[in-house]
Amino acid sequence: MTLFDIIGPVMVGPSSSHTAGAVKIGLAARKLMRQKILSARIDFHGSFLATGHGHGTDCAVVAGLLGMAVDDERIPDSIQYAEDAGMRITFGACDLGEDAHPNSVRMFLTGDRGKTLEIEAASLGGGRIMITKLDGLSANFSGDFPTLIVHNQDTPGHVAEVTMMLKNNAINIATMQLYRASRGGSAVMVLECDQEIPIDQVRYISGLPGINKVTYYSLEES
Amino acid sequence: MYQSLEELIEDAENAGQPIWKIAADEDAREENISPEESFQRMKKMYLAMKSSDQQYDPTLKSRSGLVGTEADKITKRKQNNELLTGNFIGSVMERALKIAESNACMKRIVAAPTAGSCGVVPAVLLSLQEKLQASDDTMTEALYVAAAIGGVIASRASLAGAEGGCQAEIGSASGMAAAAAVYLDGGTERQMASAMAIALSGMLGLVCDPVAGLVEVPCVKRNVIGAVNALTSADMALSGIESKIPPDEVIDAMKSIGHSMAMELRETGKGGLAGTTTGVKIRQAVSGGMHDKNA
Repeated sequence: MTLFDIIGPVMVGPSSSHTAGAVKIGLAARKLMRQKILSARIDFHGSFLATGHGHGTDCAVVAGLLGMAVDDERIPDSIQYAEDAGMRITFGACDLGEDAHPNSVRMFLTGDRGKTLEIEAASLGGGRIMITKLDGLSANFSGDFPTLIVHNQDTPGHVAEVTMMLKNNAINIATMQLYRASRGGSAVMVLECDQEIPIDQVRYISGLPGINKVTYYSLEES
Repeated sequence: MYQSLEELIEDAENAGQPIWKIAADEDAREENISPEESFQRMKKMYLAMKSSDQQYDPTLKSRSGLVGTEADKITKRKQNNELLTGNFIGSVMERALKIAESNACMKRIVAAPTAGSCGVVPAVLLSLQEKLQASDDTMTEALYVAAAIGGVIASRASLAGAEGGCQAEIGSASGMAAAAAVYLDGGTERQMASAMAIALSGMLGLVCDPVAGLVEVPCVKRNVIGAVNALTSADMALSGIESKIPPDEVIDAMKSIGHSMAMELRETGKGGLAGTTTGVKIRQAVSGGMHDKNA
């Protein structure tokens, strides 16, 4: 937390969690897609569902998908902008369970080059967010850092392969998390980094044996 | 960020520097930027507060229709010199309503410390700038004072209504604005801390009970209370009246009161005003709007 979390951010109201945080979730999803979004199904959970319309959570998420910043005064009209841009939006409700944060949303996105993405994210308060799931698998990252999400088989050596690649590229790790579904089953590592990872290095990791899927979240605009 | 106001004041006194400078230098170090860059960033926040006041649109209503257009009623009465509280408090009241209404109407504001309490600090600072004819740089210094105080409250307690109730949002904003007001009038570090303590003491126990869960009722009007409370607290401190309970301990009291508040009274939109017969009716009328519109 800094002084500018106390005075700031400059944002479109009314709520840092239900509006600014929702824009940030949309922006994070856009960065993960990295192609023109053709359709978005947006399902709200908990408090997002109950008070989302009054807080403009619906248009805030869409504004983020369109690349608008949290202080963009076009946010209230984003659904119209999406229509004009040929982005098909549908809203719905979902129950992500008791463990899900009350300010949660699940989205199904399709892009113009065939990419599809299912994303679950939560707005934690004060505009901070967490991307909790990607395509149904745990992710848990803030979207504040370049982030590498590796789904692999739970066998020895994969963490070393990834961290060695980062070392060889002089990339510092800010945070690192490991999960596994079961011993020897599928595992996930999530690494938030201080520097961007070159795309050929991301491809190198995806090509290694025992790696099921690699997702890279870059802060750079596509 | 400092965990104790006492510590911040001691550091300022030992260094022979004002609180705002200690806070600005600390920010520059943490963010790895020059003090000048930090100052320009804070000045941008102040200018954004100014434009949030100037950009007020008196025709706008919030999506729920519960708030909006009301600051204009104060403006009219002020222009006719009819306000019981006089034109200075009138301008504070007017600005607090304008900015808090703008927030509810999805206009651009500066969270200070939260979006729901965004009217308090600018209502006090912009009105004092007009009254004292201070420069934007001086106002930026005052904004650092507010930020430093808010930082102590955030580290020691919380600024979130969901954790501490409205006392943590409007109460904190009021304490921050009170200290900044004392700075602008040339008060001492101790007077700034006292003003914060008096302002926050007056807000202790205030629950977060937004009708229909929206940042509208009673939030918009509570911004006025927070702003006016900041100014009377500043005047008490500047007159030499001290808080009998030390500032850090007042913040601790706010934290422990927050912990003993029922969930219904912490931003859930269930208890208090939200739970009244009319509050519940409004919730029923407002909820489901999303699906009526988009299903």
